Amino acid sequence: MSADLRELYQEVILDHHLRPRNFAALPDADRVAEGYNPLCGDRVKLFLRVEDDVIVEATFQGAGCAISTASASVMTEALAGRSVAEAEALADAFQALVTRPEEAPGEGPDLGKLEVFAGVRDYPVRIKCATLAWHALRAALAQEGAE
Amino acid sequence: MIVDPRAAEGVGAVATAAPLDPERVRADFPLLAREVNGRPLVYLDSAATSQKPEAVLRAMDTFYRRHNATVHRGAHTLAAEATDAYEGARATVARFIGAADARELVFTRGTTEAINLVAHGWAESTLGPGDAVLLTEMEHHSNLVPWQLLAARTGVELRFLRLTDGGELDLADLDRLLDRRVKLVAFVHVSNSVGTTNPVARLVAAAKAVGARVLVDGAQSVPHRPVDVAALGVDFLAFSGHKMAGPTGIGGLWARRELLEAMGPFLGGGEMIRRVTLAGSTWADVPAKFEAGTPPIAEAVGLAAAADYLSALGMDAVRAHERVLVDHAFGALADVPGLVVYGPQADRGGALTFTLEGIHAHDLSTILDASGIAIRAGHHCTMPLHDRLGLVASARASFYVYTTLAEIDLLVAGLHAAREVFGLS
Repeated sequence: MSADLRELYQEVILDHHLRPRNFAALPDADRVAEGYNPLCGDRVKLFLRVEDDVIVEATFQGAGCAISTASASVMTEALAGRSVAEAEALADAFQALVTRPEEAPGEGPDLGKLEVFAGVRDYPVRIKCATLAWHALRAALAQEGAE
Repeated sequence: MIVDPRAAEGVGAVATAAPLDPERVRADFPLLAREVNGRPLVYLDSAATSQKPEAVLRAMDTFYRRHNATVHRGAHTLAAEATDAYEGARATVARFIGAADARELVFTRGTTEAINLVAHGWAESTLGPGDAVLLTEMEHHSNLVPWQLLAARTGVELRFLRLTDGGELDLADLDRLLDRRVKLVAFVHVSNSVGTTNPVARLVAAAKAVGARVLVDGAQSVPHRPVDVAALGVDFLAFSGHKMAGPTGIGGLWARRELLEAMGPFLGGGEMIRRVTLAGSTWADVPAKFEAGTPPIAEAVGLAAAADYLSALGMDAVRAHERVLVDHAFGALADVPGLVVYGPQADRGGALTFTLEGIHAHDLSTILDASGIAIRAGHHCTMPLHDRLGLVASARASFYVYTTLAEIDLLVAGLHAAREVFGLS
């Protein structure tokens, strides 16, 4: 396998693809949003339970490629315990990670395990796979006004 | 290359055609010489669009360098040359599909526009509430969405022939679905996804028995096998140039003369009129009535060059080569654990849709691309078909005149490698 492919399909990504974490519906979720990529048919449904402006629990369901499934899985792990504002900042940082040129310095919160998705930037057609769950997250966070 | 004698079954006079040598054919296609990601390109996406031979590129280049002018207007030399080139292209392409009268061929942007032209020009004024259009579950969106739009405008009912688990039309339903309310039966000749060759003669006979017209989507048949509109007995045939070694932006609608005469125009503008006053207009004769505006002249010239190129190879040889590739692919793909090919093997076209257990089609496409292998991933514009098969997405490898057995072996090696990447072997 080429070095570039190894960079894209890191072990963490393949592991989360094979054994997605928080992969279930959340019956007491107070925010639910869906992401859909009409190009490939990938779907992700995101469930959030938010208490006092803090994401207490995040789960997802859906069918998609390794990149979109792993991205949703790692995202739900990273969201737990973050405030809504922190989650939005994380979404911005993730978007920058998968789209910015390699040499550009990262800004915002530490991405931690999410850094494994940096390889996506070399595959422009796959960026939408990596950001699908994050678009669902933004939609879920925007639902605040409806409460 | 050795042609498998089984490949000759059912394609008519194959025995007389010289077998096609893909290595020689490849030399005619400049793009195939390039590398992708440091590896020789293995282009297995010809059902989406084919590559173009030098003869097509040169014909279009020469038109622009020597003869460019608009057609049917102006008395100067270039206008006459351009008109000759355009109408000559029409005659060549009409001959290629077995049309006796070149005026029965309307140039369109492609299959999609051809079908939309029938929906607007014929169906909208002919069908209404109480009438039905019979389609199938395996249609490309281009032969589904125009009819959904028509149904919304006119109240026409849409009916669908279902698919068997084997990816063929379930004709057990035909008698129930095809009654006298059906005014049009529209179906794909060869599926772009499951590869199925549909039984045109049977469906034409059944349609005629109830007085229905027949439209065939030839996007995947006209480029790949001998197609003769007179022999098919259909009323409308739609096809695309860019899938048959020609340029994008051009294709055709063939229709019976009397149907074209009776049809109203689709787009209005220049070229399609006889006389225009502020009070109203009258229409040009067919096919100009359906070709409003300056037509894609260089593209028509390119399409005619493609038809000539394929005719020189021999469409029987083109089809025989495809059968050799398909049979080889079925054998080679059977060695890949967890791989499922959808649709029948017998008498199928050269588009193989498959899934590989544990690897999504998009991941597969990315991994193969790293080795220079181009396949299609997604739903191939057949979402209802994918719903029927219970698939979110699939991978598709599709072949053409320049595809070699060695390329299919490279695909299979790539699939094994993909399983390694995903820790499946």
